[in-house]
Amino acid sequence: MISILRSLWGVFLHAFRRRVTHRYPDEPMPLPPRWRGRIVLTRDPDGGERCVACYLCAVACPVHCIALQATEDASGRRFPEWFRINFSRCIFCGYCEEACPTYAIQLTPDFEMSECERKNLVYEKEDLLIAGMGKVPGYHYYRVAGVAIEGKGKGEAENERPPVDVRGLLP
Amino acid sequence: MIEIVAVLAFAVTMSAMLTWVERRLLGLWQDRYGPNRVGPFGMLQPVADMIKILTKEDWVPPFADRAVFVLAPAVAVAASLLSFAIVPFAPGIGIADLNIGVLFFLAMSSLGIYSVLLGGWASNSKYSLIGSLRASAQMLSYEVFMGLSLVGVVAMAGTFNLREIVEAQRKLWFVVPQFLGFVIFTIAGIAETRRLPFDLPEAEAELVAGFHTEYSGMKFGMFFVGEYAGMTLISAMIVTLFFGGWLGPWLPPIAWFLIKLFAFLGFFILLRATLPRLRYDQLMAFGWKVMLPLALANVVVTGGVLLAARGL
Repeated sequence: MISILRSLWGVFLHAFRRRVTHRYPDEPMPLPPRWRGRIVLTRDPDGGERCVACYLCAVACPVHCIALQATEDASGRRFPEWFRINFSRCIFCGYCEEACPTYAIQLTPDFEMSECERKNLVYEKEDLLIAGMGKVPGYHYYRVAGVAIEGKGKGEAENERPPVDVRGLLP
Repeated sequence: MIEIVAVLAFAVTMSAMLTWVERRLLGLWQDRYGPNRVGPFGMLQPVADMIKILTKEDWVPPFADRAVFVLAPAVAVAASLLSFAIVPFAPGIGIADLNIGVLFFLAMSSLGIYSVLLGGWASNSKYSLIGSLRASAQMLSYEVFMGLSLVGVVAMAGTFNLREIVEAQRKLWFVVPQFLGFVIFTIAGIAETRRLPFDLPEAEAELVAGFHTEYSGMKFGMFFVGEYAGMTLISAMIVTLFFGGWLGPWLPPIAWFLIKLFAFLGFFILLRATLPRLRYDQLMAFGWKVMLPLALANVVVTGGVLLAARGL
């Protein structure tokens, strides 16, 4: 009898406790910045595409949801002609982000991408490309890489020594 | 006539809103929100439920006894609503001023058994039958000392008329001299309305839904209207018989009545939030071996004290 009254009182006191429910759509979910959500393609500080269409992400993807076609522009920069991620297959493992040598493909803290139709989950390049630099500000692949493009020859990148003249070396 | 409509509207609205109140309060006591999407604080949830339940397919199983199957939920609601005729809300507010109000209430609450029994029987299904058998056994046993627990009140007030019983509490609410009667009546009332921890007839965990397993649509809803109306009624009776009905300082009488009524409704819901369901044999043993002797002892002691006081 006493224990019943005590538990009644204990339950009544719960009226003054904080509620554990998170009212999600009304209050946004606080997500950590490294949350693996919607995948984006970032740009370098000059606004050019970071992606060099190396296919490493497509290879790393365990569910093969990434597809792209490489091409090259007049200045010699490689870029994807088209880039397609099928988010109905994507498992948000982040392997593409790890595989990417140029920090182009990145996962963002956003999971609100539900669609009524499955085909709407196939994102094309214009859906994936964002205006900013994502999680790696200031990084410019062509400035630090040794690959030659128009306006920047061999050995002109940051921290790069001039190329060795292999014919000039004496045995 | 206006009073009849008003009381009827009050009873039906109460039973509809109680579904919302119960879910919100359960949520509050379980550290969550409960329905809060429809309207302010989810207050329109009963309306949404009503629309849903009225537009649902109203299906009578082919193996059921059709006439009785349809009749049972109507009995549930009718028995609960009829009892509201004798509830004295405030001086001048109330439908009937019966001089046998207490007996009328007991009779109507006994009639409520028929809805459960017939509903379970007409469904022609095992779960329903077991549920209805449990319900009728439970309600019959708890009816016995529900009546006995009121004998003390009736003896002290010297009348069966509910208004005069309320007036007799002007000096002292009957909950003080009749505390045992109050406890017994409350427990019996919870069992009568098949609320937790005495909800064995419904027992979702073991009997699907007990006697209303086969019901759907508004027939199912009628059972719930009946249950919540019964809950309101029991609270109203506790307030009237033990807590001085409309009596109270400063506020108008009807306000006092409603405040007390809602306090007990909240208590009923708190009981549901706290206590687990009894086992069936525990329920029966508790009723016959504990409550009945206590109720009888209460009658004897009250009668003895009253007689002694009169003799002196």
